Amino acid sequence: MKKENVPQDLSSLGKITREVCYATDSEGKYVTQLSDGWEVKITALDVARKEIDGRIAEAKQKVLNKEASPLLFFMELRLMDAGIVADYTGFWKWQIKRHLKPDIFNRLSEKDLKKYAEAFNVKVDELKSMDVHED
Amino acid sequence: MKIDFEHGQAAHCESGVTSNLLKKISKGKITEPLAFGIGAGLFFVYVPLIKINNGPAIAFRSMPGFIFNRTCKSLGIPVVQKKFSSKEKAEAALMESLNAGQPVGAQVGVYYLSYFPKEYRFHFNAHNLIVFGKEGDNYLISDPIMEHATTLTSYELERVRFAKGALAPKGQLYYPGNQNEITDDQIRTAIKSGIKKNVFNMLSIPGPFAGVSGISYTGNKIKRWRDKLGLKTAGLYLAQLVRMQEEIGTGGGGFRYIYAAFLQQANDYLPNATLLQASEMFTQAGDLWRTAAVQAAGIYKGRIGSQEDFDVMGNYLLAIADIEKKAFTLLKNIKW
Repeated sequence: MKKENVPQDLSSLGKITREVCYATDSEGKYVTQLSDGWEVKITALDVARKEIDGRIAEAKQKVLNKEASPLLFFMELRLMDAGIVADYTGFWKWQIKRHLKPDIFNRLSEKDLKKYAEAFNVKVDELKSMDVHED
Repeated sequence: MKIDFEHGQAAHCESGVTSNLLKKISKGKITEPLAFGIGAGLFFVYVPLIKINNGPAIAFRSMPGFIFNRTCKSLGIPVVQKKFSSKEKAEAALMESLNAGQPVGAQVGVYYLSYFPKEYRFHFNAHNLIVFGKEGDNYLISDPIMEHATTLTSYELERVRFAKGALAPKGQLYYPGNQNEITDDQIRTAIKSGIKKNVFNMLSIPGPFAGVSGISYTGNKIKRWRDKLGLKTAGLYLAQLVRMQEEIGTGGGGFRYIYAAFLQQANDYLPNATLLQASEMFTQAGDLWRTAAVQAAGIYKGRIGSQEDFDVMGNYLLAIADIEKKAFTLLKNIKW
């Protein structure tokens, strides 16, 4: 890729930092060139993000319908599977799967809820209400 | 407390950290492309059966942690590398190195990295940065992806050093074990060894999933994605491929441009027309990877999506595999 062809499409990262690309100058020598982003990858990220947002919304609805505990919502929100949650909380995967049931989740001790809240970086009452406000 | 250390931005985190940690003792000679090439960073692998973020597991570079280790070993520099079971010990060890005036490389998870934009935060645990001081409760951070040095509070740093999940960093710290100056002869030997290792990784790893055969394997797979997965999921898979290929930290074209730059710089130390010829071929390969990304974007944006469009996409990868195979074969046959 030639230096002048390095794309400059402003991405959400580009607002924080430009990124280094390697490209060739007029003599064919490699130099570095800063880029604001590239439309092709912005849309790749958008597509992935939209898919995730869909999963989060679906999970939220399931919790509201009492088909799942708020744990499901936070796992989708934080992109965590049972394995990662297990690593953060110290619960076993089979315990986490049980805690996905609303009845069982509602009986959890304050101490257990705290472990989840810490893993998801929220407060215990936010964990219960799914009411999180962040950037 | 602030160590005499100069932040340098790079394309890829690990080659950037390596180059920056070696900057002083190499007098700036170990550039990012040299670190990437000596560390045999170029790769391709499609790991079947495993899913990452509900998509295919594809990588364009070697295993995390590989570049720093290999670059130092090839240059004859001992490596200090530590993992920790306790957060307290992990912070104490960091402070001890900083107090001794040693900037320290650290493996971290990206998900809770506060200065990253939210859109970019995934559970990826093999990001690398350098800690080069502490002021009050703030650690001074040189993240090679960023234009400028930044900071993390001690809590924020602890959280990303002890991120959980696959490839959990366990507080890992690393730095070169001595401060002896690096000579041009050492660099020459290291370049040869890096190329040799990369030739092996791309041409000789058995099985269809890794190296150039992995690229053609993926190309053929893509042609079947539309039927097998349906248009929507196939689009998501292609978007994941593009992100692995072009997202922050690749320098563009799935690291192929950095590698082309490495071969040019290798030629400065070991003049050889074949290095320049191979460099041009990797530029071509990088360009073709980007053309393929544009085709993929057409599909995941819903602008195109016929079977023929998937065939075109798959065929790009077959053409790339062909170019890279020829280029690595050229490198393999160099008589040093």
